[in-house]
Amino acid sequence: MPQVKILEEVCKGCGLCCDEVCPVDILILSPNRINSSGYHPAEVTDNGKCIGCGYCFKICPEPAIEVYK
Amino acid sequence: MKQLFGRPNGLTDVLQRYCPGCGHGIVHRIIGDLLIKLNIRECTVGIAPVGCSVFADEYFNCDMIQPPHGRGPAVSTGIKRARPDCIVFSYQGDGDLAAIGTAEIVHAAARNENITIVFINNAIFGMTGGQLAPTTLPGMKSTTSVQGRDIKKQGYPIKVCELLAGLDGPYYLVRTAVNTPKNVINTEKALKNAFVNQIENKGFSMVEILSMCPTNWGMTPVQSKKWVDDTMMKYYPLGEYRNRAKEEK
Ligand SMILES: Cc1ncc(C[n+]2csc(CCOP(=O)(O)OP(=O)(O)O)c2C)c(N)n1
Ligand code: SF4
Ligand code: SF4
Ligand code: SF4
Repeated sequence: MPQVKILEEVCKGCGLCCDEVCPVDILILSPNRINSSGYHPAEVTDNGKCIGCGYCFKICPEPAIEVYK
Repeated sequence: MKQLFGRPNGLTDVLQRYCPGCGHGIVHRIIGDLLIKLNIRECTVGIAPVGCSVFADEYFNCDMIQPPHGRGPAVSTGIKRARPDCIVFSYQGDGDLAAIGTAEIVHAAARNENITIVFINNAIFGMTGGQLAPTTLPGMKSTTSVQGRDIKKQGYPIKVCELLAGLDGPYYLVRTAVNTPKNVINTEKALKNAFVNQIENKGFSMVEILSMCPTNWGMTPVQSKKWVDDTMMKYYPLGEYRNRAKEEK
């Protein structure tokens, strides 16, 4: 099963991965978590649904996303 | 578990100091990937521009030089001619390439110099605070065109791919974008072509990339990626403006 991992400390909370990028819509900006730079990092709502397409990784400028299988 | 996607070794571990949602980081990642996939990291010399990516020498895991503003194509020419065994890429913004460096890019293209140009078109001077760039769209506001670019006063934007396509020299000219995964994938293909052309001694390759500058556009990153689709691409159509590899077939 593919898995997506957000590197919370690298993420700048830009939200690019959370808007019309993920085909199964499992990425959101965390409403409550905050990293040491003060950004709300992206968060995975249901990793079981990830299909490992890598679209989120491709749009991430940092990149703060890793995808595993 | 096997990693399908992750930070490539062509980038260092240094965290990039770009604003959230800035397109520079996406392009850096693509180049970092290619340095590994094409097995050229150890023989590559990158040229960092003056602009927000002036610190690119810290981010790319290959040899880097940071010359004066706009001189990337000239410095690339010198390195490539002295050391043809090196792969040389010049990474430049639109202020760097299309304003202060206009002469260098035009003549390097006319000479079909065997180098790779990565041209970030974000329609603005990013680093210095959002002033009008040669690429700023008609009507677009900047800190030096607060009512919007007035073509009567500031003239028309420079379309660099179209301009260079007026020369016989260049081998490969293409415009792409990094605002959606599909466009990122097309940019990956274009940049790969641009490096492979150099490896095969074909000559001058430039990839112009429409890229987000949320900070100086006064937009959120998500608004910015939509603006690239809705507004920027209408003025700067994506596509190949020269591809001698196809013409040779
Ligand atoms: C010789 C010289 N002139 C002017 C400047 C000021 N300056 C720094 S960056 C820049 C333009 C940056 O814009 P761009 O190339 O579009 O890159 P971006 O920051 O948008 O990535 C200018 C004019 C300088 N550093 N050196
Ligand atoms: S890899 Fe694809 S499916 Fe998985 S989170 Fe990223 S965009 Fe969604
Ligand atoms: S695209 Fe990257 S930096 Fe932006 S919110 Fe998603 S994980 Fe964070
Ligand atoms: S000012 Fe614009 S180009 Fe510069 S880092 Fe910020 S978003 Fe990127």
